[in-house]
Amino acid sequence: MSILYGLYSPTEGEIRVNGQPVQVDSPSKAIKLGIGMVHQHFMLVPVMTVTENIVLGAEPRSGALLDVREGSRRVKELSDRYGLAVDPDEVIERVSVGMQQRVEILKTLYRDARILILDEPTAVLTAQETNELFEVLRALKQDGVSIVFISHKLNEVLEIADRVTVLRRGKRIDTVPSEGATEESLARLMVGREVLLRVDKEQGKRGEPMLEVEDLYVRDDRGLEVVKGVSLHVRAGEVVALAGVDGNGQLELVQAIAGLRAPQSGRVAIEGRDVSGLGVRATTEAGVAHIPEDRQLAGLVLNFTLAENLALREYREPPISNHGMLAIGQMKSRARALLREYDVRGGEPDTLAGALSGGNQQKVAVAREIASNPKLLVAHQPTRGLDVGAIEFVHGRLLAERARGRGILLVSLEFEEVRALADRILVIYEGRIVGEFPPDVSEEDLGVAMTGGRGGQGAA
Amino acid sequence: MSATGEPEVAAATPAARLAAYVRAGGVIVPILTASLAFFVAGLVMLVTGNDPIATYEAIWKGTGLQWIFPWTTGADRDLAASNLQQTLIITTPLILTGLAVAFAFRAGLFNIGGNGQYIVGAIVAVWVGSSFADMPSVLHILLAIGAACLAGAFWAAIAGVLKATTGAHEVITTIMLNWIAVWVGVWLFSLGGPLQTERNASLPVSEDVVKGAKLPVFWGDPVLQGLHIGIFIALAAVVIFWLILNRSTMGYEVRAVGFNPEAARYSGMSVGKNYVLVMALCGLFAGLAGGLDVLGWQFRIATNDIQTVQLGFFGIAVALLGRNTASGTVAAALLFGALLSGTSQRNLDPTIFEPSLAKNLTFIIQGLVILIVSADVIVLGLVARSRGLFARGRRAAPAGGEAEP
Repeated sequence: MSILYGLYSPTEGEIRVNGQPVQVDSPSKAIKLGIGMVHQHFMLVPVMTVTENIVLGAEPRSGALLDVREGSRRVKELSDRYGLAVDPDEVIERVSVGMQQRVEILKTLYRDARILILDEPTAVLTAQETNELFEVLRALKQDGVSIVFISHKLNEVLEIADRVTVLRRGKRIDTVPSEGATEESLARLMVGREVLLRVDKEQGKRGEPMLEVEDLYVRDDRGLEVVKGVSLHVRAGEVVALAGVDGNGQLELVQAIAGLRAPQSGRVAIEGRDVSGLGVRATTEAGVAHIPEDRQLAGLVLNFTLAENLALREYREPPISNHGMLAIGQMKSRARALLREYDVRGGEPDTLAGALSGGNQQKVAVAREIASNPKLLVAHQPTRGLDVGAIEFVHGRLLAERARGRGILLVSLEFEEVRALADRILVIYEGRIVGEFPPDVSEEDLGVAMTGGRGGQGAA
Repeated sequence: MSATGEPEVAAATPAARLAAYVRAGGVIVPILTASLAFFVAGLVMLVTGNDPIATYEAIWKGTGLQWIFPWTTGADRDLAASNLQQTLIITTPLILTGLAVAFAFRAGLFNIGGNGQYIVGAIVAVWVGSSFADMPSVLHILLAIGAACLAGAFWAAIAGVLKATTGAHEVITTIMLNWIAVWVGVWLFSLGGPLQTERNASLPVSEDVVKGAKLPVFWGDPVLQGLHIGIFIALAAVVIFWLILNRSTMGYEVRAVGFNPEAARYSGMSVGKNYVLVMALCGLFAGLAGGLDVLGWQFRIATNDIQTVQLGFFGIAVALLGRNTASGTVAAALLFGALLSGTSQRNLDPTIFEPSLAKNLTFIIQGLVILIVSADVIVLGLVARSRGLFARGRRAAPAGGEAEP
């Protein structure tokens, strides 16, 4: 995809647009050819407004000055035409992820893209937002725009696509019409073998509460109260899923539990010990491990080797270090064992984390957190952006930890993941726990609860 | 799938950018960088009507580096020895100011305050070194060096604390602290200043360092500014730098904070505490440089010295060219030490190059190095292109029968 958008050059082969062979050697060339790309990681300037982001690089001018009003008007017009509901004057860092994605789409439309490439567009969206995105995509399709939709979510692929091409390790495996294909048939093509999308889990023995959260209030970076009196508990041998639309206080709640953010009031206790506001180190020592939402931003140091990344939790203790000096040999041999155990491919202890694929990076983060032998494992979107094989692996590890009597708090936007793994499902909406469900809850009931019980209403 | 579709995430921090720069070319990139700088400086000489080759030859002679070749004999050898002593005297503080910048870089900080930290160290060293005349020599030297280190560390830590508590950018604060150091120093030693010499009321200069506080000279004539033992202290600092950075948990934290402060925070490290510690250690290196210069060969400070000293700024070029590594810093410090010594007025033949202008050549090369390293795309592009050529050569090799070495 990066080749199509001119970020990398192909070593062989050719690209044809409308039947004409073309050289796409830069993103600006791609734009000229009418190719627009929406990356999985958004390319937006957080402090600029929606309009400013959209016109960036193709600014409407009046004389030498930027014509803000004209830009804003065109953005509004495009937004209305495709039902995007974007406020042109809002600042990017203040709008939801779903909205940011729509801004990315608008960016390409503003440049008259006729071919739209979407890389994992639903990875960060809720079911509701995904449906809205699909409406937009259908409108674009009606308008004659060609869309390449890259995703690992098979149900979505089947819903939105006309034809499905399966890639594996850089090779095209097959292209099939989506009509007549099933999730199982596609999954088989993707991993080259049969996969169980349903996770088998035995009824675990639930023990003492590992985590107790009482009446917790937490503020976000802007000083707004985003967790409003949350109480919950996770027992040993139990997976509690926290389901909710992105941006309803999950991040701040997780950060407060992991010691990254001091709560305004309320209590976080690990095995009965109050750790609220004590910071990451004390919380870790109390037995909390945390797989962060964004592995590249917070989970890993991409310029560190795998051995160094795997030591991030335990570098201050023997045998990894003695009297403030690192034992490099120990660090590497431990890394080697973990890499093997967690089936991290393409990585030796000396490999830089940034050189691994997303799935293998996530395995490294998961390996490190589980290896720290926690009492409570907080997994925040642990399978975001992973392929089926890696998802299966991570799910398996989480359930293995559950069987070993750990408490697991799973924060996820994925219905299927939540229902497959959880023993109990808590729904968070606008900073409050608004419902508790058993794992066999219907998607509809869950969806309604996640959107505040009103249904059909996005979070944006 | 998704993972292969992501373009490589843009390196977020300066440290990460530099890491990419280093990975891309190993030792080739800095050599290419230096060569390019020398080449452009040569063009400047050519344009201004000088012979670059003859000039570089004269500079090379002035560095004394030919002393290492066994075929340099007789009077040549004596001259080379004394030139090399001067080169190494100037290399000593450059190593340390280079470390002061390099260490900060590894933590994602840009320490422009090496010069101020150097000055503060020098001031304290001259004050301690010119007082306590009756102290035993070894103790006196240790006290003066220790005080210089602490002064530099304190000075730099101010910028670290400001960054950690208020978020004030260290580039701004260290530059401002530089000027504070300069003018405090000028005030201290100018006429009527509290530390001005009592020997001559009309000289804006400090008291002399007493004999017992001077560093022993181990090579050359102590009267004619032979090489003092400070070079060993600087090299020891390099070893300590390497150990801290690569083998200690502190260095591990420093590098983690430098590459990805957010991930460091998520692992329970205190990013702010690291900023203060790192800056303090940087200041310690730079302060040590000032102390060694005062106790090793300057023995006094004039207000003029304080206003013209550039060693802290050369440290930036040294660190950048040395890729912020221990060995690279030593090599780059030697290069700039040799340049500064080779272009000094006493060495150049006026018929080849106007000696009073020669020092500017060093500044040109220093500036070019910083420019080229900052615009790393230039050199990285060159490396990538040459690699592309190699790769093509290799592919063609079986047919042509000629293999790349």
